[in-house]
Amino acid sequence: MSAAIVTVVAGALFGFGLALSGMVRPEVVLSFLQFQDFGLMLVMGGGLAVTLAAYQLAPRWRRTPLLAAAYEAHTARMHRDTFVGSALFGVGWGLSGVCPGPAIAGLGTGNLDMLWVLGGLAAGAWLQGVFASGGTPAAAPQEG
Amino acid sequence: MQWFPLGWQHYLAGGLLIGAGVALLYVATGRLAGMSSVFTSSWSYVSSRAAFRQPRWLASRAWRLQLALGLVLGAALWWLLLGPAEPLATGVPAWRLALGGFVAGFGARLAGGCTSGHGICGMGSLKLPSLLAVLTFMATGFLTAMALSALGVAP
Repeated sequence: MSAAIVTVVAGALFGFGLALSGMVRPEVVLSFLQFQDFGLMLVMGGGLAVTLAAYQLAPRWRRTPLLAAAYEAHTARMHRDTFVGSALFGVGWGLSGVCPGPAIAGLGTGNLDMLWVLGGLAAGAWLQGVFASGGTPAAAPQEG
Repeated sequence: MQWFPLGWQHYLAGGLLIGAGVALLYVATGRLAGMSSVFTSSWSYVSSRAAFRQPRWLASRAWRLQLALGLVLGAALWWLLLGPAEPLATGVPAWRLALGGFVAGFGARLAGGCTSGHGICGMGSLKLPSLLAVLTFMATGFLTAMALSALGVAP
């Protein structure tokens, strides 16, 4: 139960950060992709700096997480799917100005336009799963 | 030109808060806070397809929804404390939101991550494939947004 509460609180920090930084506004993201405002670099850089420190230091501080048996490992792999998928992801991101986190967090700001994005994301993930279910094992979805 | 015409403090503060959430989740539960996976794992509640029935999705689908709930609550708290009186809205038309979401959803799940999964968690794990994934989607995102702008599709 306590793990559930911590997960919601961690998500709330994440969501507050997405809203404070303006990432829940598609216009702000698009202004970055059009080289008019480089704020997104500060958002990603700030998030990455804290994450990098936590991911590198936490396992040295404690052998196990506070509420679980083991730390999970990232499964990024050097595979064609990673790059084809990322290229497509960028096209969709450039079309909408919204990525998965801000699409979810955007609902909390009362922005019901985000339902269009959420519907699209769910449909795209479904199609990818259908392809992966009938295709080669290499196309199976990964952690992320 | 100005690098940050809207100011820079809120960007950095927001990024640090995002990192704090990702760090808290990891230190407490060992979990990685990539946000695109919830769109795959949640299908396991209603679909019997093999890709959605993998143990990793069955085991993580509940906490991924808890994390998503947290995102909504955190953004709502910002709206209550610091946001405008009106709900946020966007001038980006519905067709771009839906089509962009669809393409991004397919692509992120094929790639195994998005701006948070590869951009923050993957690079935070010092994964070279994640760095290359970020450079790839930054490039195609830039090309797409610039092409739309050049065609006069605003914003």
